[in-house]
Order: sequence, then C-alpha cells, then structure tokens
Amino acid sequence: MKHLRSIAEIGPGAVARLLDLTDHMVEINLRPNPKVPALRGRTVCNLFFEDSTRTRLSFETAARRLSADVMTFAVKESSVNKGESLRDTVETIAAMGVDAIVIRHRSSGVPWQVSAWTNASIVNGGDGWHAHPTQALLDAYTVRQALGRTGGFDGLQVAVVGDIRHSRVARSVTEVFQVLGADVTLVAPATLLPPATDVPCTDDLDALVGKVDVLYLLRMQRERMSEALVPDLREYSARFGLTPARAARLQEHALVMHPGPMNRGVEIQVDPAELPGAVITQQVTNGVAVRMAVLFDLLGSGSHDDMESTA
Amino acid sequence: MIDATGERSCTVVVRDGVVAELRADDDAADADDDTVLDATGCVVAPGFVDLHAHLREPGHEEAETVETGSRAAALGGYTAVVAMPNTDPAQDHRGVVDLVRGLGRRAGLCEVLPAGCITVGRAGTALAPYAELVDAGVRIFTDDGTGVQDPLLMRRAMEYSLGLDMVLAQHCEVARLTTGAVMHEGRCCSELGLPGWPALAEELMVHRDIELARLTGARIHLLHLSTARSVELVRRAKDDGLAVSAEAAPHHFSLTEEELRGYDAVFKVNPPLRTVADVEAIRAGLADGTIDAIATDHAPHPAEAKERPLDDAPPGMLGLETALGVALAHLDMALSDIVGALSWRPAAIAGVADRHGGPIVAGAPANLTVFDPAEEWQVRPAAMASRSRNTPYVGRPLRGRVRHTILHGDVVVMEGVAQR
Repeated sequence: MKHLRSIAEIGPGAVARLLDLTDHMVEINLRPNPKVPALRGRTVCNLFFEDSTRTRLSFETAARRLSADVMTFAVKESSVNKGESLRDTVETIAAMGVDAIVIRHRSSGVPWQVSAWTNASIVNGGDGWHAHPTQALLDAYTVRQALGRTGGFDGLQVAVVGDIRHSRVARSVTEVFQVLGADVTLVAPATLLPPATDVPCTDDLDALVGKVDVLYLLRMQRERMSEALVPDLREYSARFGLTPARAARLQEHALVMHPGPMNRGVEIQVDPAELPGAVITQQVTNGVAVRMAVLFDLLGSGSHDDMESTA
Repeated sequence: MIDATGERSCTVVVRDGVVAELRADDDAADADDDTVLDATGCVVAPGFVDLHAHLREPGHEEAETVETGSRAAALGGYTAVVAMPNTDPAQDHRGVVDLVRGLGRRAGLCEVLPAGCITVGRAGTALAPYAELVDAGVRIFTDDGTGVQDPLLMRRAMEYSLGLDMVLAQHCEVARLTTGAVMHEGRCCSELGLPGWPALAEELMVHRDIELARLTGARIHLLHLSTARSVELVRRAKDDGLAVSAEAAPHHFSLTEEELRGYDAVFKVNPPLRTVADVEAIRAGLADGTIDAIATDHAPHPAEAKERPLDDAPPGMLGLETALGVALAHLDMALSDIVGALSWRPAAIAGVADRHGGPIVAGAPANLTVFDPAEEWQVRPAAMASRSRNTPYVGRPLRGRVRHTILHGDVVVMEGVAQR
C-alpha cells in the first residue's frame, strides 16, 4: 500500500489486513512500555490545514509509539491564503525528507492533488466532505472488537444518522462497513443526504432503531441551521437524536457510536456513560492502534520482529 | 472547398486581401503567384468565428494576452474571436473596448471582437451604455462568468436593446443554486464529497430568458448550454419562432463529470461537465441545428491557479487550439454542418457575416482556413500558443487539424505554424 486516501481505493483485502494488524498494535498499547522500534529513522509529517486536536494527537501518538520522528505543521488558513500555495508547502516539507504526510484539509480531493507533488506516502486525515479513512477503520475495528466479529460483518445492520451530505466520516464509514459485508442505511432528512446515492436512505429513525446492530450518530453542525437545511436543533434532535425513548428500544447488544466531538443534548440526549452499548471512548482508544497499523503498513519493514518492545 | 453554398473542388486565388478568382481544380499554380499553399487532402473553408473566448487582457495577463490568445485562435483556424468582457477593468465602456480591439489589430492574427457588458462592471445592478458600445462596433453583450440574476434588470436590458443592432448573450446560472459548487450535481459529486452544481440552475435561467424574450421581442443568445433540458427548452423556443440562438462548448459534447474522479482542477469548468445523457443531448442539439454554434469558452488559467484545492480553483479550460479536433472526433455530423457551426452560423450571431464566414467567391474578404479533416493528433501542452496550459485533452485522440489560416489575405498560419 503506497497511500491511504480512501477506503474505496485500498479495497477489502487491505481493510482486512489493517484490521488484523491493529490487533497487534492494541497488544503493544497494553504493554507497560507501549513503544516499539518499527519505524525508527522514519519521519512522519502531520500537515493540518484545518483544526483538529483529536486526530492530530492520535496520529502523533501512533507515530511516536512506532518510534518514528514526527513533525507537525498546523497551518492557519489565513497565512496560506496570504502567501504560500498548497504545492509550495508540500514541496518544502517533502524536501526536508519525510516518508509519510498525514494531511487534513477543508477541501475534498487535496490528498490526491498532493500525491502528485511528492514521493512520500499520503495518509488522508480528512478531506472536505469526502473521506476520513482512518476514522472508518477505527470504527470498523471497534465494532469487530465489541461484537467479536473477526470474520466480517455479513448481515450486520448499521444505521448512520445525521448530516450525511457534509460528512467525510459518513462516506468513509459507509464504505468500510459495506466492504466488510454490513447493510448500511443512511438516516437523515433529504436536505442532509447526498444528491444521489445507491445506499438505502430513510428519514424514519424510529422504524430502524429497534433493529440495528450499530447506531452511528454524526455530529450536527450549528451552521446547518443558517443554511436552511433543518429548521432548528430542537426539531433535529426530536427526529434524529438518540432520545431516552429510542435508547430504550435499542437491542441489547446494539452499539452506539459517534466520531466526536459530541453535541450532548442534540445527537444524543442520554448520558453515554449510562448506555451499555456506547463505545465512544473505545473508538478514541482504538484510533491510536489503527493509525499505528496504517503507518506500519505504509512505512514498516513488514516484519513483526520490529514490534518487540524497545529496551 | 466547403462553404454555406456547398462543397466543390478548386484552387482559390487571393490577392489584395480578397478572393480574386477560383480556378478549376486541375489548373496548376500560376507563375505569378508568390505564395502557394498546399491543400491536398484538406478542406478550404471560411475562417472560423469563436463567439466565446477569454483573452484576459487587460487585467489577467499572467493567464493570456490578446496576442497569445489570438495566436491560439489562428492556429485553431479562427479568423475572428469574440473577447469576453470579464477583463479588469471590464469591457463596459468605450475605452476598454477600443483598447482590446486595438491590441487585436496590433497582434494581427485574427479579428478580435470585444463583447460589451450587460451591466456596469458586470455587477448586475445598472445597464451598461449599449448605444455607445454599439457605436464602437460591439454587437454581443454579456456578463459572462455570471448570469444577470435580477429578472427586472434583464427585462429592462432586453427592452432597451430593441432598437439597437446588438444581441444579449446570457450566461445561464441562478447563482443562489450554485453557491460553492464545484461540479455537476449527481452521483459523482455525491461520491467525491464535492458541492454540486444542479442542472436546474442553468435551466431556470434559460427558461426565464426565453420567456423574457417572448415578452419583449428581444434577440438573445444563450451561452455554453450544458444540459439536456436546456437544449429542449431552446428547441421549443425556436419552434415558437423566437429570436433565440445558442452555443455549446467542445468540452460539453466530449467530456463528462466522471473526469473529476482524479480531483484534477483542469476539469473544473462553468457550467460543469455533466452526464453522458447531457453530452448526447448537446450532440443532438448541434446535429438538428437547435444549437447554432460551437463556441470554445477558451478560459486560460495559470498552472498555480489550477493547483489550488478544487473548491478554490477557478473554472475554465483552453479551447481555441483544440475545438476543430474535438468536434471532428466527437460529432457524428456532416462535415459541412460542423464547419457551419464553427464558421458562418456564429459569424451571423456575432454580426460579422460581411467579412467572416461568407461564401468563398470572387470579391469576398479572404478570411479562410485550411484544415486536414482526417489528421489524427494529440495535443502537447508545452507546444501550445496560449500562455496557459489548462487543456483537458492531453492524451486524448483528436481528429482534424488546421494547416493554414488566412486573415485579410495574409497567411497567419502556414503548415501549422503561426507566422507572427
């Protein structure tokens, strides 16, 4: 694998391989000294054109646990607009000698543009509304772990709820669950659905909530109100939020997931701590392990010997 | 030889800027002739007329100048080019119009016909001085790049244009429906996570302006149609006898939204590349004459602009040097109909039929192009005459290539090489 830019691009084989590799990384993370020499001498640059403390910290932690050198370049958009072009920024960083660039950008497609300008591996840390493949992998891993589904997700019923149209998480999560064999339904009013899709869609959460194995809630952004996409947060929450009544109808084993940061009282009106199926914290924990697996797959020797603890 | 009167074989003799005589085919060149152009296997046609080119000067000379754009035009077989008014300053008053026309004369590669603006500064609020600009030789008025959003203002523009020798050319796009749009709204944009550009945004304004033309009796021209419904609306308007003409760009009958899958901003264009069904409808519209003209929408941009993220990159692609090659490769139409859509039909819309696109007969102005309709070729960006390189046709087979172009009797392109 040269790049990780989208789930669709790497296909089912690579998804399965990365999830298996994540098992090893989880094991490493449980050690007293969770650090291995696997990527010693390799340099990973986090190039973030959009604020994201969580994803950035997760990638930094992952790279450090594999002993890679880490550079972080957080670019305020205003300074880029004033001067240096995207291409110049990327070529400057590449000239310092980096093996992988983790890039996040508010515009869809930037990881593809960037890979034409450097030989470094490109990891998509989120591009516009388009893709967020490491989020999808950590979500798939979390489901596999929580439900013990190592053999794929055949027959698994997944509902992704919320602002699908503007969500890179929704696109990547849908792809990864489908690749693994799950049945995905998108739940949103038509204003928040993509203009055209083959994935089944509904605006009736109540019809689904008692049947799903995974309820995946997306973050609802306040600016959507001013764009006349939904009337107000109260109505959104009433139709598409996880209310106590809906939570009571969830199957016993059903998982509740959220990519964070959560709007409490909007997407979710119950305390996740009181929801037995909520795996939101596990998602964050697994994020580090999945990103370790991705970096190891892209930059590592392929030898598991490199995953012995450092002295 | 192909012109509006038909096809025949002969030798064309040009003297003092006009067609002097037509010799029977087997007459060899005369000893008195000082330049002999080989046209074996080629078509001699009236020079092409582009209704829609962005020459970028004044204001954006880093992308194109009148001279480099004129050279691209001549190499593409054009003897006249309508220069879009979204310059800086805009072509909304006589000073800029005269400047652009003069730059075209100085370049001497094709006749540059500046378009005027519909509204002052293309701002959509006040009418530009049409009569003053008509006096300065302007025949086409447009705010191209944006449509005139205000229906009342557009009605007034049509009413005011009635007594003047001019045509209003609309860029059909309801801006409220395309805020932030990057590509056609449909399956592809949904997958790529890019904001969609609904076909409806174009069709609503096509419909509005057809109805305003019906109401006012004004003559209108619709720029770069890109959707099947737009073509159907124009077809019906023509059936109703309205004075409506329309054009389509080569990329809208040769490329689809699928091209955006690689996230290359070279394929970002306004209006956007659409679906296979739309491409077929544009071809059908050209074939049955609903769409009068092939117009390039030649829109040069420097490489660094097209390297910006897709939502930030400017729309537009080069067209002047490839239009014929794309048309012959992608249109299933009689050769004379394709030449008509490139030459005499746009010449009539641009109001230059007295000197461009007319029948090749003794006494006619010698604005001619000679092209090989069978030559297969591929575009090489580095070899293009345009100052920019944003052609979408790299690696794609084109058919039909211009060999010579003659402007007012001067050979400005000989054997595919610009002479100035």
